[in-house]
Amino acid sequence: MPDQTQSAPLLSVSGLTVSFKTERGTASAINGVDFDLKRGEVLCLLGESGSGKSVTLRALMRLLPERRSRIAGKVLLNGEDVYAVPERRMEKLRGKAISMVFQEPMLALDPVYTIGHQIAETIVRHEGIAFADAERRALDLLERVQIPSAKRRLKAYPHEMSGGMRQRAMIALALSCNPALLLADEPTTALDATVQMQILLLLRQLQAELDMAVILVTHDIGVAAETADRVAVMYAGRFVELGTARQVLKDPQHPYTAGLLASTVHGNMRGHALEAIPGAPPDLTNLPSGCAYAPRCPHADAHCTAAPPSETWLEPGRMARCVRARVPAAAPV
Amino acid sequence: MFAYILRRILYIVPIALGVTLLVFALVHIAPGDPLNAVVGPDAPAEVVEQLRRSYGFDQPLPVQYVIYLGHVLSGDLGQSVATGRPVIADLGRALGNTLILSVGAAIVGFTSGILLGALAGWHRGGFIDRLATLLTLIGVSVPHYWLGMVLVIVMAVELNLLPAMGMAPGGATGWGFTGAHLAHAVLPVLTMSVIPMGIVARSVRATVAEVLQQEFVQALRAKGLGRGPVLRHVVRNVAPTVVSVLGLQFGYLLGGSILIETVFSWPGTGFLLNEAIFKRDLPLLQGTILMLGLFFVLLNLLVDIAQAALDPRMRRS
Ligand SMILES: Nc1ncnc2c1ncn2[C@@H]1O[C@H](COP(=O)(O)OP(=O)(O)OP(=O)(O)O)[C@@H](O)[C@H]1O
Ligand SMILES: [Mg+2]
Repeated sequence: MPDQTQSAPLLSVSGLTVSFKTERGTASAINGVDFDLKRGEVLCLLGESGSGKSVTLRALMRLLPERRSRIAGKVLLNGEDVYAVPERRMEKLRGKAISMVFQEPMLALDPVYTIGHQIAETIVRHEGIAFADAERRALDLLERVQIPSAKRRLKAYPHEMSGGMRQRAMIALALSCNPALLLADEPTTALDATVQMQILLLLRQLQAELDMAVILVTHDIGVAAETADRVAVMYAGRFVELGTARQVLKDPQHPYTAGLLASTVHGNMRGHALEAIPGAPPDLTNLPSGCAYAPRCPHADAHCTAAPPSETWLEPGRMARCVRARVPAAAPV
Repeated sequence: MFAYILRRILYIVPIALGVTLLVFALVHIAPGDPLNAVVGPDAPAEVVEQLRRSYGFDQPLPVQYVIYLGHVLSGDLGQSVATGRPVIADLGRALGNTLILSVGAAIVGFTSGILLGALAGWHRGGFIDRLATLLTLIGVSVPHYWLGMVLVIVMAVELNLLPAMGMAPGGATGWGFTGAHLAHAVLPVLTMSVIPMGIVARSVRATVAEVLQQEFVQALRAKGLGRGPVLRHVVRNVAPTVVSVLGLQFGYLLGGSILIETVFSWPGTGFLLNEAIFKRDLPLLQGTILMLGLFFVLLNLLVDIAQAALDPRMRRS
């Protein structure tokens, strides 16, 4: 494996843009995303619906429909350029170096194969071992994700399991080949509140045990606060704010982050009135020339609509894309 | 699975009884006196009365039905009014002949339909898709007796490549796996395969396209599967729906086509039905419809079982 020195990032994304051809024109879903991720690091992606979180994850795995999307920029996984390697090589990376937990396990699992088969198939694909051995490994994995009577569940079909069990099975599948990077796209949105907590605890526990890097998409700021090392806030296909979980959630620099925090009920804010951000996300086929958030921003002025704000680095690793973001000392009241 | 099959088989009993009841009722629903075909309208009243008794028509309807059911169960479908032969013998021969055409048309129509539909669904929106859609549209909209006649005119009359009439040279009946027999089957089989080809292609295309849109296909790619293995999953997901379409289409094929069998003088069930209707041969008509109905019921049973075997979600009680 190239580049395994401690300092080299596991994942390095630069200048990522994604657009889709649609009937209404070209939809610019991702408009320049840059970040690095270290081994074992947990990054949470926050943002309203349609801000490009799922598209970003899919782009990292090169899963987007090739014919209808245009992708530019660079994604380096373990030093390998995801968009330069042949598809054959990419197949070997998917599920092994980088894997994904989907939002709705009922839709993401094949309904006509057993759980055991679907896990074993992945192991056979990547490690070339006998199917029976792979099934034994699948059993270990189901036990690892704490599925009761795992042996019986191995032979169960997705529809025969509860939502929580299905998501556990999905996680077992994603972890089956010890990926260095796990992408989890709202892995608990489809579940009951109590089950959500269990699944998140499980993910966190496994992440620590396996020292996996995780990119977790969530709508829940409480979850981000509890699980993330770093938090990135997305708006209209850009990271508008990036920093440690503490920095971003305690001291938001972008008005959008502030609005998002105010509009979401989380741990210590429970009971406060919900304050949704007024206005709607921009039309991706016709983005404003300036800051995409300006039309909804209470602080917007002529600077904002002139040109899209560039990244302001407040300190190393701490970024906000807002003309108002200033190095702390100089911040006007 | 076993319990499911057993339950399905039990469901068949009332359905099959329903079919016999309908067929029985046919005699009484059909306009006119059923005896009109047996004796002329000017036959003496006492002769008609005697016949009525000998056919059991003087009994109350429920009694008549029970007697009819008893005959059916013992394999007696009565005698043809026109020929005096047992219906079951003529019917058996006709069914065999139609089976030859049906199986041939199924092999040709289903394989080409599945291939065409799968290609179109896989490359949805592309050139292959549009070509396949055009072909299937033509397939289901061209009247097949017209197509049959065109084929006869071109292949048999103009080019003199293939025989156009009957099952064997010299109007002989009975099947054999000889070149001459096969040659006689080519045109009717081709003509008959066109509609199932179109319908199968259409539904395969729709099902493949629908399955490909589901998220699990992306998830399969996300775990590192290549084209081949993903295709295998898609096939397994498409199969239950396709099997039911094939079953239904095969059922229609078995019914024989009155028009095609008439155009090609092929002595199958369609031909037989045609004859029974024109000669008001009620026992023959009854027997043929009953047999076709029961075949259809049986075919549905097989389709249900096959679907349950292919799709675990259908095994639920
Ligand atoms: N295959 C596609 N073709 C066309 N447009 C797409 C496609 N996939 C995503 N988009 C568009 O890209 C934009 C970003 O979508 P994305 O799914 O990334 O949002 P998200 O942040 O994950 O939202 P949510 O919280 O609802 O999951 C949306 O406007 C969506 O309509
Ligand atoms: Mg999403």
